[in-house]
Amino acid sequence: MTETTLAQHVIGIDVGGTFTDLVMLETHSGAVTIAKVPTTLDNQAYGVLNALKEADADLRAVDLIIHGTTTTTNAVLERKLSRTGLITTHGFRDILELGRRTRPQAYGMKGIFTPIIPRHLRLEVAERMDYAGRVVTPLDKDGMRQAIRQLLDAGCESLVIHFLHAYANPEHEKQAAAIAAELWPNNYVTMGHALLSESREYERGVTAAVNASVQPLLERYIQRLVTELKSNGYQSEMLVMNGNGGTVSSQDVAREAAKTVMSGPASGVIAAMNTGKAAGHNHLITYDMGGTSTDVSVIKDGKPSVSNEIEIEYAMPIHVPMIDVRTVGAGGGSIARVNAAGLLEVGPDSAGADPGPVCYGRGGTEPTISDANMILGRLELKSVKSVEGGISLDHIKAIFDESLGQHLNMDAVAAADAVIRVANAKMAGAIRMVLVSLGADPRDFSLFAFGGAGPLHAAAIAKELGIPTVLIPARPGITNALGCVVADLRQDFVQTINTPLAKMDAKHLHDVFIQQENQGRAIIDKEPIDIDEMSISRSLDMQFVGQTHILNVNLDHMDLPASQDDIQDLFEQVYFNRFRVKLDKINANIVNVNTSVIGKRKAFDLSQLIESDGRKSSLADARIGTRKVHVAGQFVDTPVYQRESLPLDVSLNGPAMIQQMDTTILVEPGDRVSSDAQGNLFIHVGKGAE
Amino acid sequence: MTIDPITLSVIQFGLQQVCDEMDLSFSRAAFSPVIAEANDRSDGIYSAEDGSLIAQGAGGLPVFVGTMQYSTRVLTERIKEGITPAPKPDDIYIVNDPYLGGTHLMDVRFARPFYRHGKLFCWLSNTGHWPDTGGSVPGGFSAAATAVEQEGLRLPPVRLFKEGQLDEEIYAIICSNIRVADQRIGDVMAQAAALKVGEDRLNALMDRYGDDVMVAAIAELRTRAATQMRALIQDIPDGVYSSVAWVDSDGVVDEPLAIRLAIHKSGDQLTFDFAGSSPPCIGPMNSVLATTLSSVYLAVRHIFPEVPISAGAFEPLTVIGVENTFLDARYPRPVSGCAAEVSQRIAEAVFAALVDALPDRVTAAPAGTSGNFALGGHNAEKGQDFVMYQLSGGGYGGNADHDGLTNGCSTIGISKAPPIEIMEQSFPVLYHRYALREGSGGAGCHRGGFGLEYEVELRHAEARASFVMDHGRYGPQGVRGGKDGAVNTVTVWRNGEASVPPHLSKQQDIPLQSGDRVVVATPGGGGYGDPLTRDPDAVKMDVMLERYTHDQAKEWFGVIITTDGEVDITATREQRKQSATHL
Repeated sequence: MTETTLAQHVIGIDVGGTFTDLVMLETHSGAVTIAKVPTTLDNQAYGVLNALKEADADLRAVDLIIHGTTTTTNAVLERKLSRTGLITTHGFRDILELGRRTRPQAYGMKGIFTPIIPRHLRLEVAERMDYAGRVVTPLDKDGMRQAIRQLLDAGCESLVIHFLHAYANPEHEKQAAAIAAELWPNNYVTMGHALLSESREYERGVTAAVNASVQPLLERYIQRLVTELKSNGYQSEMLVMNGNGGTVSSQDVAREAAKTVMSGPASGVIAAMNTGKAAGHNHLITYDMGGTSTDVSVIKDGKPSVSNEIEIEYAMPIHVPMIDVRTVGAGGGSIARVNAAGLLEVGPDSAGADPGPVCYGRGGTEPTISDANMILGRLELKSVKSVEGGISLDHIKAIFDESLGQHLNMDAVAAADAVIRVANAKMAGAIRMVLVSLGADPRDFSLFAFGGAGPLHAAAIAKELGIPTVLIPARPGITNALGCVVADLRQDFVQTINTPLAKMDAKHLHDVFIQQENQGRAIIDKEPIDIDEMSISRSLDMQFVGQTHILNVNLDHMDLPASQDDIQDLFEQVYFNRFRVKLDKINANIVNVNTSVIGKRKAFDLSQLIESDGRKSSLADARIGTRKVHVAGQFVDTPVYQRESLPLDVSLNGPAMIQQMDTTILVEPGDRVSSDAQGNLFIHVGKGAE
Repeated sequence: MTIDPITLSVIQFGLQQVCDEMDLSFSRAAFSPVIAEANDRSDGIYSAEDGSLIAQGAGGLPVFVGTMQYSTRVLTERIKEGITPAPKPDDIYIVNDPYLGGTHLMDVRFARPFYRHGKLFCWLSNTGHWPDTGGSVPGGFSAAATAVEQEGLRLPPVRLFKEGQLDEEIYAIICSNIRVADQRIGDVMAQAAALKVGEDRLNALMDRYGDDVMVAAIAELRTRAATQMRALIQDIPDGVYSSVAWVDSDGVVDEPLAIRLAIHKSGDQLTFDFAGSSPPCIGPMNSVLATTLSSVYLAVRHIFPEVPISAGAFEPLTVIGVENTFLDARYPRPVSGCAAEVSQRIAEAVFAALVDALPDRVTAAPAGTSGNFALGGHNAEKGQDFVMYQLSGGGYGGNADHDGLTNGCSTIGISKAPPIEIMEQSFPVLYHRYALREGSGGAGCHRGGFGLEYEVELRHAEARASFVMDHGRYGPQGVRGGKDGAVNTVTVWRNGEASVPPHLSKQQDIPLQSGDRVVVATPGGGGYGDPLTRDPDAVKMDVMLERYTHDQAKEWFGVIITTDGEVDITATREQRKQSATHL
């Protein structure tokens, strides 16, 4: 590790569904450059290069680029995958198609499902382990060779080797992979146990299959991008975001390509965690409301909630540790309707990005949340980036009147107000469900609002949930790119041991921890990146014997090797905190042993995200006008401020509107706004002067 | 008091949220996988006067959609009549009597009175499927029971918690009568804690809007749910829609049981007339009235999923003609098959009757059996007794939009199947196959989904196998010209010899030794529309994926696939012409 004292240029680039965002930081002065360009869907690299151009970045002088890409997410969701074959235990080739015997929704007997690998490319070979990892049937090596040749003949580029109980004994998978290494023309071979050594054949198999079938796509994309960057003079390493909120170097990323799926939302959470820490807010609910989705996650004690059990769509689980980001609504495009009971409903249908809300002017004809915000004066037609013109407020009002007002016996404004009330109640409810499922009490948290529409709804939702404070970062619209800039290197390991605590060998447990740690250190040590310090986090996934749900028991504050009694006590305490049920008579079981190895990168000064030069000395100077905004049931003359001009130590009472390049903040009457040196704004709910 | 429609929307959502939080906390804290993983539970809010349904969790098991209001209604009646002691704050009643508004004995209901200002305002109630409630077979699904006493312990409504304290005496009686009792306390506490969560959340909601507004809102929501359901019914042309669905046998007498249904649609009313269905049966395939009603409601909700669950939504639905049939069983008729099997057949009858009236909404018949295979015995390797269940799904029916889903869960369930690896960790078995059942999807323009085929071997153990399945005699119905899905089959291999249960899908206590095997093939879904109109390329794809053979493509779909896997267009046209004239 080298000490770096010279100024560095660090760039974070995040590719989102609509925009590619860039943040460039000069570490010495803290100077920040920002760029936002349209995402190029066919090849995201063009958008990335456009963003670099717009930021006027001199790639020869850039020291590090950290990149968040949706290449793999899109490939999976659209099933535009590399041709991939599966070789599995005799009798089980259909596991990937049968799934877990579910249907997409509780009511309605319809649904479709496309397995990640089609049936004719799923082959079987004789071999079998039992649950304890004992060989029942040895691997048929000739059969293996034959199956590999058959898949090559069928034009497969990637291969998955997935055997039952390989988490208990991976020997057959390793033997099979050795055979594949002789015959397969590339490195795109994924063993089922390699990414996550956990029981559950469907989830493990899908995870491996996703990995194999996005590997070539990710590798080609990254290589193309790196080549482009180099031809423009870039000489350093590029890091790529993973769904666990950590980064890996571009040459390693394809090996565990599945880990990049859903990395976009993860980087937003990392930025929130970082910003919150600097601001002294370590318990956060992140609330990212955009045009097409609303995503929520929980950060407790400065740590994001991570799950090994994320399902990225119906029956598509990816069981690698990922930041637990949940989609709770359709965002600003959610459509409002009056149902046959005469009741107003908002969502779940969405106008999406195309045609989008009426106010986008792309032919949308159904009233949405964004349109309601227009009618209420909370958004301005001219401020919407995606608007294509030709739409007037009267046109939107006419649609509200016809679709909603006439059925509800109210005018367009009242209908718009109703849409916002119902939408906020619904989003708050969905957020509550996330909190309940994670055992979190909203009163202990601050709401970290970002995304284009988050800061417009955040205070109302906080009020609904009893959250005292809303934190709006300096640059809500580029949060994900910022997350790339600040993310650490991170390697996660999960090993299923499935052993009753009473039979646990403390030495064996300790050995697993140490082995995981060493593995992680070895990988991170090899990365050509400066690390400030290495930190290790250990936990156990546990349950009471006979139970199926697992609880994560964090061991960071426990001396190792941990004794049975200590672990039992800690588990019971975690269980009680979570369920308020004390069950001390029943034995505990250790399901998984987890270690995260985190290579912490140097912290940056982010106080210049809003340039200090632009700030005015008084609130009055930051005011850019007055607008009629509908708050608390009526239109009120509301002062409008420019965020970038606000004095650093601002304090103001609602009602107020605060505008900035990429978002609009609504401060309702009764709420108070303060700020900090990092440029964050805080809305103190219910703490304003009347 | 009139309430503005927006406050009404928000309160409706708030009530739903209270129930959803109860559902979530019940599942998260529960011990048995049946509740924790399979979500075989439901939570709701019921009126103080007559138990009618105010709101119920969206994630509850569909079969409970209507039962809990009857259960709560019976409780309120018994309290009024002085049969059951009146409630005090923090009491929780327990009841599992099927004839008092229930399903089978394993579905144990808890009811907690909810007070406002010292007055009973409503009931919070939930149901959880306990893994065992005693009786002649582990798990309670006896295929051979002839009286409810053989099915397990029957509890009338009694206060298991008295003013917040568990009654250890009642609990001791329960524990003495059920298997694996030491783990039950976890479920009991989870079930009780969920009701407490509901109480806290409902209090918060009522504090916010005020009791008067809440009372008025609850009444108004009920009226509006009825209006919504009526509006949907209105679109069905007036007339009588009939169907018949068959249960293989009652498990004791080897004769099929008929569900004969005539749905009278008139204006905004649907009347479900079951007159002419089979009389009460000797074996456990009887349904209690609450389950029959619930099955009709859940079928209607599958058709109109947009209507929230509430008593109002059920108002325009009337069920008649069940007296003296096996769909209105009285004490002491055995009933263990009602929740899992008969309920699905009732739903199938509703689908089959309404598919022509609502061709875009209703599907061909789904597999429609829970595929219950129970194995109980002694695990010699681990030195302990065990009870294992394998519940299986099957293919769903084709529909106007798509082919049916493969390996979906039961019509009345929403559960995930346990992984094979977890099954083998937990029980002394080794699976040899767990596969898509080729050829099982009923042919149609949109074919049925495919069933499942598995083969499992008992190892290091002695055990008894029991089966409560259905659709072994007749496959799930195809509609609008579509063919039926494949029938359910069970084959038991003992000492290398194969046998088939005499009742095809039901049998009890088959002794098995190490090395013996069970092979189960579950039904495919019914086909939708004439298979001769199926897109030949879709048939080609099915053949390429080995879901159908070349012969099946020809015989069932009239599509000729060449040896190199292409559609022979000319031969197909000729074949389809011929097949059509043969009809």
